[in-house]
Amino acid sequence: MKKISTPYLLLIPGMGFLFTFFLLPLFNLAQTSTQTPVGGGDTGQYEQTFHFKNYIDAFVENREQFGRSFIYATIATVLALAIAYPLAYAIAFKGGKLKNFMLVLVVAPFFTSFLLRTIAWKQILGEEGFVVPTLRNLHIISQSTTLTSSAFAVVAGMTYNFLPFMTLPLYASIDRIDPRTLEASGDLYANGFTTFRKVTLPLSMPGVVAGTLLTFIPAAGDYVNAAILGSPQTKMLGNVIESRYFKIVDYPTAAALSFTLMAAILVLVTIYVRKAGTEELV
Amino acid sequence: MSEKAISARGDLKLSNITKTYGDFTAVDDLTLVIPKGSFFALLGPSGCGKTTTLRMIAGLEEPTQGKISLGDTDITDTKPYQRPINTVFQNYALFPHLTIFENIAFGLRRRGIQDIDTAVNKALDLVELPHLAQRKPTQLSGGQQQRIALARAIVNRPALLLLDEPLGALDLKLRRQMQIELKWIQKEVGLTFVHVTHDQEEAMTMADTIAVMNEGRIEQMGSPADLYDDPETAFVANFLGQSNLIKGTVTGNDGANQIVDLFGQKIALQKDRSHAVDNSIYAGIRPEKFRISRLETATSGNVLTGGKVEDVSYIGVSTQYQVLMPWGQELMVFEQNDDGVAPFNVGESVNISWEPIFTFGLRGDEDAEAGTEVNPDEDLDDE
Repeated sequence: MKKISTPYLLLIPGMGFLFTFFLLPLFNLAQTSTQTPVGGGDTGQYEQTFHFKNYIDAFVENREQFGRSFIYATIATVLALAIAYPLAYAIAFKGGKLKNFMLVLVVAPFFTSFLLRTIAWKQILGEEGFVVPTLRNLHIISQSTTLTSSAFAVVAGMTYNFLPFMTLPLYASIDRIDPRTLEASGDLYANGFTTFRKVTLPLSMPGVVAGTLLTFIPAAGDYVNAAILGSPQTKMLGNVIESRYFKIVDYPTAAALSFTLMAAILVLVTIYVRKAGTEELV
Repeated sequence: MSEKAISARGDLKLSNITKTYGDFTAVDDLTLVIPKGSFFALLGPSGCGKTTTLRMIAGLEEPTQGKISLGDTDITDTKPYQRPINTVFQNYALFPHLTIFENIAFGLRRRGIQDIDTAVNKALDLVELPHLAQRKPTQLSGGQQQRIALARAIVNRPALLLLDEPLGALDLKLRRQMQIELKWIQKEVGLTFVHVTHDQEEAMTMADTIAVMNEGRIEQMGSPADLYDDPETAFVANFLGQSNLIKGTVTGNDGANQIVDLFGQKIALQKDRSHAVDNSIYAGIRPEKFRISRLETATSGNVLTGGKVEDVSYIGVSTQYQVLMPWGQELMVFEQNDDGVAPFNVGESVNISWEPIFTFGLRGDEDAEAGTEVNPDEDLDDE
């Protein structure tokens, strides 16, 4: 008998897990997505009819939420990047002895439940919080404007919740930059901004790509922020899938939406990674 | 100011430069002129302040006090990118995300130079690596990276090229080869090179002028031959090659010579080579200047008698002896194996002699061990 090498043996538990809990359910979901209700059957009774039109119906019916998911996720990702980059840069280059402590602070929110933290944003942005009165006093928002149950609240919640996923990969790649290459850039007639554009940013691209993916992908499929901080007008695709599945018991539409979302994310991510050209980086 | 700085040319002048980090003084009131077109070496042990000095010239550190000027232009307060100065960094600091071509073109692009292709290709030809233009730095060997770092700096034709232990990471053979090439390139391009090193042999091979640094100050500056033949301090005598320093007393004069008493034996020392301030003196003689002879052989010049061979090492190019003198000091003697005389044996009684012109005199209150305890191969990342 041919000897199976150890690395392959080590793959077995992981592959087994993925097969049982990812591939099989995925297959199941694919089957569900083309089912139609059993004629005269109970609610939630479906039969396989390979009704691919489910996909078109689901998409047409929910294209608004679809668009919203990607727009919100994009804005949240961009905001998270804008906040996390300077933070990660400061920790990596100016953190000194406090580096590890600062990193602990970045992940500290994980010690509290995701739900609780999201609910807390309701209070932060609510009438009793300090944000709204301050903005009103500064006449940045009108006296009648509220921030809760708005797109603003949903995007703010998502930005906040996914910030550590942006910060950590950014930190990891910025921390690996040899500060001497930055000195070399200055020595070779590049001012601070040019050094950032031509050296720091390109060298941190692996972190930018990883961070944006880790933020954008879950953000696009997120429903908690929209459910807690949003209104019916800010529903995202995740909310639709959730209600189709658990409330309306419309399994085929929920499954078709899930697949469409997955495919859309896959396409976008592929284009993005190609454009960012990370494979060229060290 | 910056517009003016970038086109400044001429001698580099450091005036009363001091750099302190908290209580630690890295560079102490340093004044120095590096003439345009010279190959200048800052030589010293780890932590002597030579790298800090170089970084201040580059603009990567700000002097706590003092002035740096290039020609007639004060560049003390300018940023690194505003100075017509380029550096070959110790670990090269090539940009890992750029090709070799783009690494070399980096400075040219920042300055908006037109014909980048020609300039980069010329620089690649100069370092003999034109075929590597499209590689990434990680695909190159250490020696190749070193040359690219040099090309990346030279291509800008700076007023001043700084080299921070550029050969430290190379193996000995490659280092020797690069030393000769660097010297050749410096002549070829005619730029001012300022080379920082802890390797005295490297400094002597390459530089026209060497400044020996110790504890933030310059101990002595001069041509390699001046420093070797006429060191002014024990530190220079010991750090640059090896020296025998024998304690003595000046007892009188004889024409151009001083007469020095070394534990009861009189020797002559040229007055202009004596840096003693009073009668207390160290007479210094390089080991290879000594002649060792059997007692019955006639000797001329300065002679010290009563030696006893303690140790003999034959190392091919010479034979090295440790000779114990009557006053308990061991002297190093390097003898060329060219006189057909059979090597001396351990325990033999010998005389030591040398020509008076090879003697130098140091202040008698100096620490004769200064500069000897330094291990030149210790870590390169000083300061």
